Order: sequence, then structure tokens, then C-alpha cells
Amino acid sequence: MQQESPLRKALILGDKSLHDITEDVCRPIEGKASKAWKIAFTVSAAALLWWVICISITVGEGIGMWGINNSIDWGWDITNFVWWVGIGHAGTLISAVLLLFRQKWRLSINRAAEAMTIFAVICAATFLLSHIGRPWLPYWLFPFANQFGSLWVNFNSPLVWDTFAVSTYFTVSLVFWYTGLIPDFAVIRDRAVARGDKARKFWYSLLSFGWVGSAKNWQRFEEVSLVLAGMSTPLVLSVHTIVSMDFATSVVPGWHTTIFPPYFVAGAIFSGFAMVQTLLIITRKVLNLQEYITIYHIDMMNRIIMITGSIVGVAYITEFFIAWYSGVEYESYAFINRATGPYWWAYWAMMTCNVITPQLFWSKKLRVNIAATFIISIFVNIGMWFERFVIIVTSLHRAYIPSEWAMYSPTWVEVGIYLGSIGLFFTLYLLFVKFFPVIAMSELKTIVKSSSSQAKKKGAHHHE
Amino acid sequence: MSNTKKYWKGLEDLNDNPEIIKKAQREFAEEVPVDQFLSSKSLDETSTPRRDFLKFLGFTVTAASLAACEAPVRKVIPYVVKPEDVTPSVGTWYATTYFDGNDFANILVKSREGRPIKIEGNKLSVVSKGGTNARVQASVLSLYDSARLANPTIKGANSTWDAVDKEITSKLTAIAGKNGNIRLLTSTIISPSTKQIIAEFIAKYPTAKHVTYDAVSYYGIQKANELSFGKSVIPTYNFDKANVIVSLDADFLATWLAPIEFSAQYVKNRKVSKEKREMSRHIQIEANLTVTGSNADMRIPAKPSQIANAALSLYKALGGSVSAKALPFDAKIASIAKELQENKGKSLVIAGSNDPSVQVVVNAINNLLGNYGTTIDLDNYTTTRQGNDAEVVALTEQMKKGEVAALFMWNVNPVYTTPSTSGFAAGLKKVELSVSFADRADETASLAQYVCPDNHYLESWGDASARVNQHSLIQPLIYPLFNTRSAQESLLKWSGSAITNYQDYVKAYWEKNMFPLQLAESNFANFWQKALHNGVMELAPVAAATLTFAADVNAAASKIAESTAKVGAWEITLNQKTAMGNGNQGNNPWLLEMPDPISRVTWDNYITMSPSEVEKLGFNTQLGLDEKADVIEISVNGRTIKAPVLAQPGQAAGTIGIALGYGRTAVGKAGNNVGANAYELVSVEDGAIKYNNYNVTVGTTSLDKYFLCSTQSHHTLMGRDMVKETSLAEYKKDTKAGNVRPTFEVKEGHDHVKKTPSELDLWASKETPGFDRPGHFWGMAIDLNSCIGCGACVVSCQSENNIPVVGKDEIRKTRDMYWIRIDRYYSSAMTEEVAEKEGKGVIDMYNAMEKPEDQPQVVFQPVMCMHCNHAPCETVCPVIATTHSNEGLNQMTYNRCVGTKYCANNCPYKVRRFNWFKYHDNAQFDYHQNDTVGKMVLNPDVTVRSRGVMEKCSMCIQRIQEGKLNAKKDGRRVNDGEIQTACSQSCPTNAIVFGDMNDKNSNVASLKADDRMYYMLEELNTQPSVFYMTKVRNTENKEA
Repeated sequence: MQQESPLRKALILGDKSLHDITEDVCRPIEGKASKAWKIAFTVSAAALLWWVICISITVGEGIGMWGINNSIDWGWDITNFVWWVGIGHAGTLISAVLLLFRQKWRLSINRAAEAMTIFAVICAATFLLSHIGRPWLPYWLFPFANQFGSLWVNFNSPLVWDTFAVSTYFTVSLVFWYTGLIPDFAVIRDRAVARGDKARKFWYSLLSFGWVGSAKNWQRFEEVSLVLAGMSTPLVLSVHTIVSMDFATSVVPGWHTTIFPPYFVAGAIFSGFAMVQTLLIITRKVLNLQEYITIYHIDMMNRIIMITGSIVGVAYITEFFIAWYSGVEYESYAFINRATGPYWWAYWAMMTCNVITPQLFWSKKLRVNIAATFIISIFVNIGMWFERFVIIVTSLHRAYIPSEWAMYSPTWVEVGIYLGSIGLFFTLYLLFVKFFPVIAMSELKTIVKSSSSQAKKKGAHHHE
Repeated sequence: MSNTKKYWKGLEDLNDNPEIIKKAQREFAEEVPVDQFLSSKSLDETSTPRRDFLKFLGFTVTAASLAACEAPVRKVIPYVVKPEDVTPSVGTWYATTYFDGNDFANILVKSREGRPIKIEGNKLSVVSKGGTNARVQASVLSLYDSARLANPTIKGANSTWDAVDKEITSKLTAIAGKNGNIRLLTSTIISPSTKQIIAEFIAKYPTAKHVTYDAVSYYGIQKANELSFGKSVIPTYNFDKANVIVSLDADFLATWLAPIEFSAQYVKNRKVSKEKREMSRHIQIEANLTVTGSNADMRIPAKPSQIANAALSLYKALGGSVSAKALPFDAKIASIAKELQENKGKSLVIAGSNDPSVQVVVNAINNLLGNYGTTIDLDNYTTTRQGNDAEVVALTEQMKKGEVAALFMWNVNPVYTTPSTSGFAAGLKKVELSVSFADRADETASLAQYVCPDNHYLESWGDASARVNQHSLIQPLIYPLFNTRSAQESLLKWSGSAITNYQDYVKAYWEKNMFPLQLAESNFANFWQKALHNGVMELAPVAAATLTFAADVNAAASKIAESTAKVGAWEITLNQKTAMGNGNQGNNPWLLEMPDPISRVTWDNYITMSPSEVEKLGFNTQLGLDEKADVIEISVNGRTIKAPVLAQPGQAAGTIGIALGYGRTAVGKAGNNVGANAYELVSVEDGAIKYNNYNVTVGTTSLDKYFLCSTQSHHTLMGRDMVKETSLAEYKKDTKAGNVRPTFEVKEGHDHVKKTPSELDLWASKETPGFDRPGHFWGMAIDLNSCIGCGACVVSCQSENNIPVVGKDEIRKTRDMYWIRIDRYYSSAMTEEVAEKEGKGVIDMYNAMEKPEDQPQVVFQPVMCMHCNHAPCETVCPVIATTHSNEGLNQMTYNRCVGTKYCANNCPYKVRRFNWFKYHDNAQFDYHQNDTVGKMVLNPDVTVRSRGVMEKCSMCIQRIQEGKLNAKKDGRRVNDGEIQTACSQSCPTNAIVFGDMNDKNSNVASLKADDRMYYMLEELNTQPSVFYMTKVRNTENKEA
């Protein structure tokens, strides 16, 4: 059992009893969908449909439907890929790293954050699949037994590392997330049995894998969680390190930078937490979970945003310094061009959103202000998108040979796929909040201070 | 042993009973009782229940759709009897001759399975010397143009040759009967046999007259030579014998007169080496920036009226007694005169003007300098331009008056190439019998009553005499694709000649006229075989006759003074683009898409204007993805055209230029309505067609916005050293001048030594010296001093390697597919030294560097895959689709490529090209690869790439393989020069040299050891197999 410190503030508010938690978490699942949910789902599904249309055009006609060209071969596609993968990082960090560090406050948010990770990686994967010239052949990037002559992968290529990194990350995250869900599914199943809801009983019986809540069950659950947390932790670092190597191992000025791995990881956590903020601020409001996801949580996450944002800012400045210090004319031009060339607006959008806005969180007032947090989290999301755009497009558009310098602007198909991927993400997220417990209730119950305090209160009352 | 046993079924069979034989022939020996079966009552009683019906229906539909799902079967049918000359998959080369009234080249044509697919120069020719240009290279595609007429037409309706012959002959007889004027309007004809056919035609119809009309005329030179020396001809020029070349607006390397011939001559004196540290000096005075002007050592921008006067000034400066106007560049003229005087008899002055007066002055200058007989040969004159402007004008006047009864038009398109005010179209309507030999219903042919389509030259027999002392043969490579007939044959038919087969006619003509000219062969059959095989027949040059200059220079001077007395604020020069020439191949997608060597704009013509003046007028100076050019109106004598404005560095202030050859309206789907027709602005003055005008009205308001698309949107080197150059003075002192190679300091033992990156290897050490390359090690040298930027290699590569045409919109998106491109850079006034001197910061410096100078120096740099031996593309490909061969080539495996495009991102040279769409079999790209006829031009040795894969230069791997196999069959090593890539073979100046770097005696190996050798971006240590040679300008110092 948990040690209760009278000095520590409760992590969840409202004097919740264990039963209250079950009721609060299960309510959205067992009740009818709210109007807000229905509207949001319709909008997301419409965006998803748009995504289907744009992807079909791309697969049907060719990636010539996009704006990328022979000088700038990657554009919004890889920008979006890196952006989505980066967003995913917060979930893993919260559930794995914070678990290992025994940060109990994570328990209110880890489920939603992990769900976000998985959906973000799905979105990222769609860009990996659709950006290739022959999207029916992505499996060639895996080393598999085949009879295509000597078809094998090139282990020198960072794209192969990337294939492994992203697929491993997705698999481990999915298993980790699902493992955590099992006891909660069993709760919903049991409640369905009690109410005689046969359909729900059927589905949640399947999902809960026959969980009975025995001591053996719990012991294994704890062990698996710990093992998976141990496996996920290096992945937090490795995935974005490898994604950064897609650029760092090249010869392109502006890409060929050894600072990329730590800089990308920090950036990923930065953007991931911003996305968690964006989502949870809405979720807690819509699902009435303010007492579970408290200002304390928001404050904590804002601190992480502030720290990682500062790391990213230092990285930007370091890059500039090294470009000048190296004396390589191509490198220094690449950075001057970033800040003053045709894409200066993207660079300054990135600098404003990523370096300046998170510094506002030095103020406690803003850290605990929900509206301010929401706005800044949106800024960070935008800024981190621009960071990837700046790295990819402005480095490519003016590389070594001036005669091949070019410009790039996306077509409506590319924009459609990006907006559509947000639709895909929110469709999945909305289905998640409707059918899955948004808060890891079984685990959360372990930290409820209030149940005992309620009992104490009762006891005190009795004495009187 | 074959089985001779015979089995029989019975005695009837053995005895050949007729009944049995009859039955044996039927499928069913006994009658099948169909009627009985159908009339059976039980059939009526059976019923098909709904369920059964649906089952049957379902089954049938499924079966039918499954059957339909099968991939279409394309049959390859082998020859039943193999033709003697055709071995499937082995190409055969035939010699023939290209002459379209504009360019002349002796060529070799590759035929694969009966289809001509590739053109190369014939090295036996003393005229074209194995060179070709983009237009000649592309002419093979014009053969497979589905816009060509498939039948003769009468008033636009398809007809037959019999019907056409009958009607034309009867009308001709009637017209001849009433003494009606018959006119034969042709472009220059250099075929001696055809001239005889025309003579026969005129003999049959005595009222007939032959008028020669060149759309781009050189009548001024002929006229001037008539006035000067009494010879109305165009001389042969020897640029290789000239130490000083002064060109007054003549673009002799790309479009003027005989660029193929001139480039080869010109470059001979431009190549430098350790042993030969001398080169000719080239001075160009011109208004538009041309390919020739870009190569000049000294370029003086001037207005056309000033250029006419510059001829006079130069004559005066050389001591001629003539009055000349003061010019702003008189000081330079004086120094040019000095240089010329120092090189008497070894200099050459030419002028591009078609004004006879200017040409007379130029003749006088050359006469003063004693260049006749050395650099100019009037005895062995050129015959490729015979157009007589005066006669053409007279003919139009006659037509307008209705005095011409019959008009035959051959290889001319006057409705397109004369201004609308010339009245040719109106005159044509008054002609009783109008016949065109055009291959398509073009602007003129569509107005003619009869179109008797001529064969394409690759379908024809014929002969050509480009010079008095050189004769060539034309032989067909393919049976006419359509129901066309050579114009000669038509004329022979209508003249009622005894021989109506032109092949027999040519042969007979050569037997009678050419065979006696030589002594080597005594038997005509042998002579004919040899002539056909070689394609050319050279004769001893005609001995020089004494020339006396008889023209009145002062009269010419006063004419020039008169014509330049009234000049407007703007002057115009109508030029030709390297790709399009005079516009006769206007439907050729290769030429339409080929980037202009100077502007690198494709698919359009445009008004060129000096950047500072474009800015002053408030028009857009940029070309780019989203930047539209401003469309303005210009007019000459009330004749107006509209075209977009392009800011062109090098354009003389106060002048504009626009290219002829665009704006066609009836040429075919690719070329219709591309650009504006600048022929509208030509005028006739002093009996000659004038291609410049001293008073043009330039609209100052933008009427419209228009996308011009270019393959290069950035024009300066930004202080980088992709192109290294030096001056001749520096080079004389040090052959390594200008070639500073990057070095790194490394420790060897106790010493620090400097090494170039290519000497460093991460994996090699003293013990393991890295990979030694046994066998071949292919390499390529590109001499930037010889490259004139003409672009012949670009089209040659496109033709050899099945490179798709992607169209204007794709080009605008930076998606051209060229495997070789010619980067063109202008100099910028801003350099690092200037920035330092002026105390400018880096940001300001880079901004200033982006802007080319108003009058820049120009460099050309051919860039293709560098075949890096440490290739950045190879390591990043996840599926090993791009790999390195042990012969030093970077190879692309198309069917393994999944299209991540990382290789292209990581290529520092940006030479990789991605198939964004399926460029063949795709209606969106309606060019030759999507046309059943056009597809016949594809090279069967090169894969047509599918959508979604990367491609790039393969160093013509198919040619390397062929060469290696040939050597292997003979049991020898590949000889140097035996294998040529398409680009190296078609280069008229031999700027590109390909060979085996492991062969120590090879040309490429010796060039690799030269001091001018450098690698592009050597500091990246990509170790390319392609290397460059520094450019040397014949200037005193680097600036000049």
C-alpha cells in the first residue's frame, strides 16, 4: 500500500472514493454520447474522409500530385511524419520514464497520453507509407525472406533504422498501453454483467482477456508493466534519435549535424507535452474530469515544456554558432538562408513559437492558467511543425549547386493529407474516449488519499 | 528418323473411299441431331428457376470478369525469315544527310529492327565534321510525329495520289496552255538532282519560275558579295584559322549560318593545354545575349543601329576612308582594330545583319585585313543559303495582283514566316492552283488547295551539295510511315518524266554527274556502294581565284547613316533560339522542352530586356514557381505582338529581343500556340528582309500575367567554385592557375602533409591500400573551355535514354527529367573581396551576390551524374536500389526502387530525377511517349521508367555493354574512343571526353592528369568519376 504523507497534497481532488473513480471514469463509456462528442466526431470523420480522398489521389496518380520536386524531394510529407512521431513521445515518456521515476502524478494522464502516442505514430506511419513513389512496396524496407532475387535491405541506410525504430516503438507502445487497459476493461465488463448489458459484456470480456483480479493477475500485471516500462524508456530516446539520423547522416548542409539526436529528442518531448496539454485541457472539460486532471498536472507538464523548450532553443543557437565556427561556406550559408532567405517567415515562426513562448512559463500565473496553457500549447505544436519544415525544406531548397536551387509549396492534396491526418488522429482519439477508460482507474485508485481521509472523516464524525 | 509408318482405320481408308475422305474432312463424321434436340418436347417442359438463373448469371459474370482481369498479352513476333541486315537487338548505322533548309549535317542514323532511333554525326564529313546540334538530334522525333499528313489532300479532304496527280496535271496543262505564271517557291535547295528535276519541270512548263525563300535569310551576304566581288554567294568561313574573331551580332555558335561547322572550327583554336598555351581571341558586339556572345572574351553590348555603325567605325579605325558616327564604345573599337591589324590574314570579321550595306562594309574590312583566301573562302562557297528576298517580295506582289496562276510551295511556310501585312495569305487565295508539299496542314498548307505531303528525310532518297566541293547522299532508313511521296517524285510525275522513281533518278544522276568527278572507283556499282556507305564524297577544293574588291563602301556608309539616322527609344533584334531555330520543327516536344542555353526557359519565347530596365518599368524581374512574367505589347511599324517580358542580363540597354520560330498555330498539338510569332515584326528594307529594327514601340503597361517556366531560377555562383576559371595570361604563367583544390593537413610519420580529399580514404592504409580497380574504370572529362553551351548533348541524351517530355507545368515545378543539364551562371558584381572592401556584412553580401551583373560574364557547365566512387546516394538507399559497379559507375536498379527519394536529397550535385507520374501511357503528358507513332522513337536498349522510381545518368551503360561485348568477341581490350556516351558523341566541340581511366593511354586518363583537372565539390570527397577542366578566358586579367 502507499505511504500516505500528511504533508503531500492530494493528487486528485474532490474527496473521491474508490467507487467515485469507477463511476466517473465509466460514465462516458456507459452513458450515451454527448452532443459535443457527436459534433466533434462528425467533424473528425469528415476530415478523415477527406484524408481518404487525398490519399487515393496520391496513390492513384503518383506523388507528383504533391508539390515536391527534383530539388526538394521531401516536403510536407516528412515534416508531418517527424511532427507526428515527435508528438507521440510524451505518452511514452509519461508512462514509462515517469513510472520508473515513481512520479505518481502521471497516473491521471498516462492513459490518454499513451493513446495519443499510438494514434500519433499511426498518423506518422501513414506519411511514411504514402510518401514513397511506389506505395504498394513499403514492405521491401523490412528484411524478410523472399524470392525476389537478391532483394535485401541496406543496413547502412538510416531509413532502414527508421523502419525498425518506428515499428518497434509502435509495437511496444501498443502492448504497454493495452496491458494497462486490461484491468479497467474487466471493471467495465463486470459492471456490464451486473447491469445485464449483454453486448457490452461480450465485447469487454473479449478485451479484458479473462482478467479476474486475482493476486496472481495483479502480480503479473505489475511485472509486465515494469518490464515494458524498461523497454519503452530507451525507445523514448532511440526513436527520435534515429529519426534525426535520417537527416544527420546525410551530406546536406543544415542536416549534417551531430547535435541532432539530443536536439530532436528534446524537441519531441517538447511537442509531445504540448499536444498532451492541448488534448487533456479539452478532455477534462468535456468529460468532466477536472478533479482527476488537476491544475497540478497542468503545472507539472508546463514545467517540462519550459525545460525542453529551452533545450531546443539552445540547440538552435548552437547550430548557428557551429555553422559560423566551422567556416564551411555551405553550412554558414544554409543557416543565413534559414533566417534571411525566402523561407525566413518559417524560421521566425519557429523561433517565436518554440523559443520565446515557452519562456512565458517562468511565470507561475501563466503555468496554472488553463487558457494561457492551451494557447501556448497550440503555439508549441505549430512551432514544432515549423521546426521540421525549416530543417527539411530550407536546407534542401538551397543546397550546394545554385543552379538547382528551387522553391517548394504544397499542393491542396498535401495540405488535405495533413489536415486529414489530424482528422484520423481525432477520430481515433474520440473513439478512444468513448469506448476506452480515459484514466487508468485501477492504477489511479492506488494513490487515492481521499478514500482513507473519507474514512477518517467518517471516524471523526462517529466519535463526536 | 521420321516415322514413315501409316496406320489406317479400315479397308475403306486404305482404299481411299471417297465417302470416307468426305467424312474425314468434317468435324463430326455423323450429323449432329441439333434439330431433333431442339424440337424435343422435354425442352419446353424444363424451367429455369429464379435461383438457378441467378446462379448461372453470377457464374457467367464472374467468369467473364475474371477473364477480363487478365493482363493484356503483348506478343513479340519473331521474324519468319530474318532480313539480311537486321539482327534483332543489334543496331545498324546508315549514313545519310540532314538538310532542312536551315541546318546541314552529314549524319549516321542508328536503326533498330527497322526503326531509325538515334542520330549521330558523320566524322567523314569535312563540313559538319561529325558534329550535330540539338535540332539535328531531335529531327528523328519529327519523323514519328502523328500530326503529319497520312494522305495527300484536296481542299483539306483526304485523297489519293492518283486523284491528286490527275487534277494537278490537268490544271497545270490548262494554265500552261494560257501562259499563266507558274511559280515554284522553295527553301534553299542544295540537291543537284532536285535542281535538275526543277529544271525539267520548268522545261515542261516554260512559264514556270523557281523562287528561293529562306525564312531566316542571308540574302544580305549574297548581295554584298555580288557588289564586292561579283559573286552572289555565301563564302565558307574558317574560324580555326583566325586568331582574332570579331562578330557583329552573328550567333555563329548556335544559329548563324552553319553553327555545327563553326563550333568545331572555333573550338579548335580555343582548346588549351600545357603544350599549347595559346587560344584565339573572340570579340562579340551584340544586342541580345547569345550563346556566341556568352563565349566571347570581350563582349560589347550595343544597339542594332550602333552595331551597323560599329562596322563603319571599325573600317575607319583600320584605315578605311569613310565617315563614321561616334559610338560610346569607340575606344574599344580602336583596341579591336589594333588587335585585328596585328593579325592580318589571321582574323575574321563577320556580321549577323541581313543588310547588304553592313555586309559590304564587313567585306571591306576583311579585304583590308587580307582575310580572303585564308579565313574566308569565296571559291569553295557554301550553298546552304540561296534565298532571294527581292524575288520573294516580287512574287508576293504578283500574287496579290492575281498574276500567279499556279504556286507550288516546298519546305516554306510564308503565311507563318511573313508578317500578316505581307498579304501572302490573301495573294494565295487568288492563285488558281496552289499546291503545298508540306508534311502537315501547317499555316500555309492549310490554305493551299492541294497538299502533297513530302516524305520525312529519313524516309527519302536524295543528295546534297553543301559546298561546291562536297557532295552527300541521302538514303531512307524506313519505308514511309504514311501515304506520303517525295516532292521530287511528284514533280517528276507532273513533268511527265521518263523516270518517276526518285531513287533511280538520283542514282542515274550520280552515275552521270558525280561518278566522273572521281578516279578512285572505276566501276559505278562500287562507287555507288561506297558513296552510300560513306554518305559523303569530298572533292579537291577549287583553286583560289584573284578577288578584287569593287563595292562602294561610301555608298554603303551613307545607306547605313540614312537607315540609322532616325532611331527610336527602343530597338529590337529578332534572334533564333538554339532549340527552335526558324521554327520548322515546331511540333517537336524535345525541342520545345529543351531549356534555352542562355535563359534556361523552356516552352516559350519572350521579350528579353535588360534587368535594370525591366525594374524601371515596374515589371517582374523574377522567374519562379509562383512568379508570373508581365505580358506587354511591342510593335514595329504598326504590327503588334504580345509576349511576356524576361529580365535578361546581358541585354544591351535600350534594346529588346525576341526569338523567331514560336507562335505556330497549325503545327500539331505540342507546338500550337506556344509563344508569340515574332515573324510578325520582320520588315523588308533595301530589298532584303530585316531582322532588327531601330524603332520599336514597347508597351509600358502590363497587359497580363503569364507563367514562363525555367529549369534554373537562380543565376549566380554565390561565390562558390563549381566553375573554376582563369585568364589566358595567368594560364601562360601557371597551368594550375585558377584551380585551387581543397586540401587537408594529415600526419604522415612525423610530417604534416597536405592532401586533396581524393587522396584520403577512410578505409585505406599502407597495409591495405583500398580497393584496386582491375578491369575498366570509366571516367569522363568535361572541358569547360570547350563547352559552348549549345545543348546538343541534352537532346542527344534524351533521344538515347528515352527521357520523357514532361511539359511546361511540370518544368515550372522543378521536375524536368534531363539526365544531363547545362548549368549557366552569370557573374555577379558582388564577391567576397568586394564585400570586404565595402565592409558589407554576410547577409548583405549574399543578397547582393544573388543578383547577376547587368552585363555579366557567362559560364556553362554540363552536369550529369558524377558517378561518385564514394557516393552519398548509395549509402542512404534503404533497398539497395542504387549501387556501385566495379567499373566505377553508380547504377540505378529501377525495379528495386521504392521511391523514398532520399538519394536525391543526399545528392550534392542534384542530378537525380524522380518519376513523379507515369510519364508514358498517361494522357496528362500528351507527348511522344503517349502516342503510338511517337513511341517508335524509343530506344529498345533502355528501360522506359515507370512511375515512382528514381532515375539518372547511367553513363550510357547500354553503350558501354555493347562496346565491351564487341571487344570480347574480338578477344581484345576496348579501344580508347570506341565507346562513346550519347553526350560525348554528339558534342560538336569534343568538350566531353569519355573513356577508361585505367587505360593509361586513353584520352581521358591524360586529361585526368592535366593541371586544369578538378572535381566539383571535391571537399565532400565523393570521388567522382566525372571531372572538369578549368575555363580559360583570353583576357589579360581575371576581371576584364
